[in-house]
Amino acid sequence: MKGTDLALLRDEDLELLLNEIFISHGYDFTNYARASLKRRITRIMVIDRLPSFAELYYRVKSDENYIPHIIRQLTVNVTEMFRDPHTFKVLREEVLPVLATHPFIRIWHAGCSTGEEVYSMAILLEEANLLHKALIYATDINAHVIENIKRGIFPMQHMKNYSENYILSGGRRDFSKYYTAKYEWAKFDDKLKERMIVATHNLVSDRSFNEFQLICCRNVLIYFDKELQDKVLTLFDDSLDKLGFLVLGSKENIRFTSVASNYRQMENKEKIWRKMR
Amino acid sequence: MEENAIIRFKIIAIGGSAGSLDTVLRIFQTPDLPVSSSYVVVIHRKNDPSSILSELISARTYLPVKEVEDKEPISPGTIYIAPSDYHLLIEDEKTFSLDSSEKVHHSRPSIDVTFESLAEIFGDAVIGILLSGANADGAEGLRKIRDAGGYTIVQNPATSEVGYMPQQAINLKAAVEVTDATIIPDTILRLTLNAER
Ligand SMILES: C[S@@+](CC[C@H](N)C(=O)[O-])C[C@H]1O[C@@H](n2cnc3c(N)ncnc32)[C@H](O)[C@@H]1O
Repeated sequence: MKGTDLALLRDEDLELLLNEIFISHGYDFTNYARASLKRRITRIMVIDRLPSFAELYYRVKSDENYIPHIIRQLTVNVTEMFRDPHTFKVLREEVLPVLATHPFIRIWHAGCSTGEEVYSMAILLEEANLLHKALIYATDINAHVIENIKRGIFPMQHMKNYSENYILSGGRRDFSKYYTAKYEWAKFDDKLKERMIVATHNLVSDRSFNEFQLICCRNVLIYFDKELQDKVLTLFDDSLDKLGFLVLGSKENIRFTSVASNYRQMENKEKIWRKMR
Repeated sequence: MEENAIIRFKIIAIGGSAGSLDTVLRIFQTPDLPVSSSYVVVIHRKNDPSSILSELISARTYLPVKEVEDKEPISPGTIYIAPSDYHLLIEDEKTFSLDSSEKVHHSRPSIDVTFESLAEIFGDAVIGILLSGANADGAEGLRKIRDAGGYTIVQNPATSEVGYMPQQAINLKAAVEVTDATIIPDTILRLTLNAER
């Protein structure tokens, strides 16, 4: 796609729109990172051929089905299986052996999008013979994307890349054994989803709902401003067992946040932290 | 420099694609690069999680080199590299942010995205430099830097390894100055030397 035009959207207009979304649909985007949010909205204007903010606002006010469309477009859902394979390698080799000592394992994927990451985790657990005693909670704000997790169907065109990622993550099996190919689609083994619980959960407004040994929230915090990042990390802190693990995206860091002092990073380059108190 | 002089160019931004690596390295091995500006580098490269680009640049300069992490503070005298597979955005004058949304011109990081974001936040305090490349990315962003009052330099397409990208910028009238790669370091020194306000 071509560029956007940020000049189309003044800060005051952005406030007006966010306010309207909150009042009419209860979704609060006010503490999302501004730079990215503005790009998303101007992108919607380009795609929907709305030449000005006034046109956008008019559409929002006059068509009640339009805001759900905006909400879907606002969230970035880009994801892949075994994204950052080395992180999965460390999970496989250093984190799962610790989790294995627990009688029962609860894992939370917050902001899991269409579920590629969740299936990757299920494969790791299956190979470590831990899946039967694990429960994987997969949540996202966007009800539309999580529908796909229950289906377990992913585009065939990515399988070559995913299979390479799988091998880099230390996988030794034949990756293609995990799915059945049908035309352009790969349907993953139903066994992988038996231990998944899929639900919508909004990190901005919903609460902690359980205690986990592992929380995975990758490439979600980058869309939040620092204040909201702190708030969400506190939510994770409240939901994580002592000595539990927190996994973030490859360019995310808890260094500058309020919970930092409670955590110890596993190894220098991997974004995996252990809760020390 | 006067004691309370306010620096005109807070940001020196460099974008490039195919054939730009040597020029980028040459720029950073220039002695006396001003430490009052922050450097922002967006180079297209194949997925390179091992940060080869940062290592190459680090080996040539005394300035600290960082692959940007989310919400990284923007400090002067530091070279910031857009990480592979993320767009690099400017949250406010003090903070970067990242975004893994759709590719722009088949690229992530996209030069357009970063340049546009710089123009929006830093206005005329940006020097934008667009180098060799086979892609149209960067031209529009550079034009936005120019429109915001910033200074823009485009590598001479005739002497670029791949002239397509700089030519796109020239076609869009995004260039204040078109120049050979070897001259760019001197241009930076000249622009920053007398540019207080
Ligand atoms: C880029 S995806 C990350 C997917 C996956 N974790 C990964 O790293 O590949 C970001 C996801 O965060 C979700 N998200 C955004 N805001 C959220 C919120 N307030 N609560 C829960 N999820 C949210 C989006 O819907 C999107 O699916």
